[in-house]
Amino acid sequence: MKKENIKFIQGNEACVEGALYAGLDFFAGYPITPSTEIAELLSSRLPQKGGKFIQMEDEIASMSAIIGASLTGKKVMTATSGPGFSLMQEALGYAIMTEIPCVIVNVQRGGPSTGIPTHVSQGDVNQARWGTHGDHAIVTITASNHQDVFETTVEAFNISETYRTPVILLYDEVVGHMRERLIVPKKGELPLVERLRTSVKEGVDYHPYLPREDGRLPMSDFGGVHRYNVTGLFHDMWGFPSDNPKIVHGLLRHLVDKIQNNVNQIARYKEYYLKDAEIILISYGSSARSANHVVVSRRPRGEKLGLLELQTLWPFPYDIVREKCAKAKYIVVVEMNMGQIMHEVRRAVDQPEKVFLANRIDGVFITPTDIRSLLRLIQGKGV
Amino acid sequence: MPIKDYIRERFFPHIWCPGCGHGTVMNGLLRALDSLGMSKNEIVMVSGIGCSSRISGYVDFHTLHTIHGRALAFATGVKLSLPELNLIVPMGDGDALAIGGNHFIHAARRNIDLTAIVMNNRIYGMTGGQYSPLSGYGTLATTAPYTNIDHSFDTVELATAAGATFVARSTTYHIQQLTKILKQAILHEGFSVVEVLTQCPTYFGRKNREGNAVDMMESYKKNTTPIGSKAKKENPDLIERGVFIQKEMPEYCSEYDKIIEKAMASLKT
Repeated sequence: MKKENIKFIQGNEACVEGALYAGLDFFAGYPITPSTEIAELLSSRLPQKGGKFIQMEDEIASMSAIIGASLTGKKVMTATSGPGFSLMQEALGYAIMTEIPCVIVNVQRGGPSTGIPTHVSQGDVNQARWGTHGDHAIVTITASNHQDVFETTVEAFNISETYRTPVILLYDEVVGHMRERLIVPKKGELPLVERLRTSVKEGVDYHPYLPREDGRLPMSDFGGVHRYNVTGLFHDMWGFPSDNPKIVHGLLRHLVDKIQNNVNQIARYKEYYLKDAEIILISYGSSARSANHVVVSRRPRGEKLGLLELQTLWPFPYDIVREKCAKAKYIVVVEMNMGQIMHEVRRAVDQPEKVFLANRIDGVFITPTDIRSLLRLIQGKGV
Repeated sequence: MPIKDYIRERFFPHIWCPGCGHGTVMNGLLRALDSLGMSKNEIVMVSGIGCSSRISGYVDFHTLHTIHGRALAFATGVKLSLPELNLIVPMGDGDALAIGGNHFIHAARRNIDLTAIVMNNRIYGMTGGQYSPLSGYGTLATTAPYTNIDHSFDTVELATAAGATFVARSTTYHIQQLTKILKQAILHEGFSVVEVLTQCPTYFGRKNREGNAVDMMESYKKNTTPIGSKAKKENPDLIERGVFIQKEMPEYCSEYDKIIEKAMASLKT
């Protein structure tokens, strides 16, 4: 292996490597801890390949700018943390409504408000799902190590182009700032999805918002031969505002169904020792590292522990979680918030009373000891 | 090209009230664009939210009807990613200078080549007549039933101070001048601001007893004057019309091209 393909870097840098591998052309952002390294690195790397970087006046403008750039046919991304993510919710809803591909990285820190900027949290899970107003579907992916950060970043661009949807990469401060090895895959090793463009010829009517039979909407770049309207209002197949109840209903169904009907295709997860596991840990992001440590270190002692590491958080893979947890005595969700994914797991499994929470909410990374203490408690072994 | 070829007739009738000035602005803009002979494919119109922002639906360009106040931020993304496009950004006074005020001053500061048209009717029309940052002290609005105590921005001074390199003002009464100014603004390489005084007889006019649309347009004739005119010296209350600022400054996208050159050169060394 060539030396330049092996890197010892931060998770934020692995995200940048993944984005460039996926073909990122345009980044707009605003400085915020703990995601700033992504902007810094892209301000240097993007123009080297003829791409564009711009530091906007705030996160509202950053999100708006990447949507504008995406319409010219570019692959676009922004990166932020909680407070900035709050500001982005407005234009995030616009990208959902107008079906414009874009990738938003949220390297989570503790909240609410300015919170605890330099420390870890996983408190934005539900904000990623429901932060913007109105019924909608969203795709949110996360990872616990740099190889997976790289791969999920590439995957985020692929999903974004496939379903014409914003995709949220919900990393956390530990993953973002931790340093470990990344092996950058060779060109062609990971599949890349390019934008589906319309084959409608010039002079023939192009309907920008008329889905094909498979639900996909081929795009036409701004500056090209098809001139059409894009609006955040409910709109007809021309992209023109409409309050016709049939059109409103049809569009909302389309926006939600195109994601929810593909939940199993979108779902990414990893499993460790699940087959005969009596106690299943479910975790994601950096907390999955501690959960994994518990499983791997206790297995040699005969404890039947397993780990289901979720990478896709939204749409939540209810069926997969139910099936994997069917035989478990206990299910322990390990996360650094007050149970945001635990509630989803309870909704997924047949016996919600079997589901426990092992968490930390003090800005300190959850350790294997924290998890083991809880395991002893639920097994009636005391501390 | 006939002006109707710039219009999406499919989407008419428009939503504007009888007597609204916005149609006149659209007319002036389309005539300006026609006289420049640009291809419709190279024009992108980005607008925000409000009566004025609906203009983007009616014109046959690439059109992006965005969210309230953010039109300039979206337009910045379109322009920087594909600088050969011509960006026209019509906004209302509330859209541009209340909720969008921050984006307005920063777009001006960057001197990115966008043409911002502030269609100033001094009121939030779409929501039914609330006061805007340009309504002015002493005016009446549905949210200022005892008179407005907010002072207004001077759009021209604000744009100038923020760094816009082309700043002009006209009115719907002075349509010939407006068309000429819009043409200059579009040709200008850098951030251009054109403020257009445009009447809202339905809300501003009715609330403030300014009469019907014709009366309001007459008042633009009476209350405005060319920049630096003798009339202005005699009556300082008159509002000046014309081109206030037109200067050469490095344009943002051209400057970014130099960044790309530097970045690429750094790879070779």
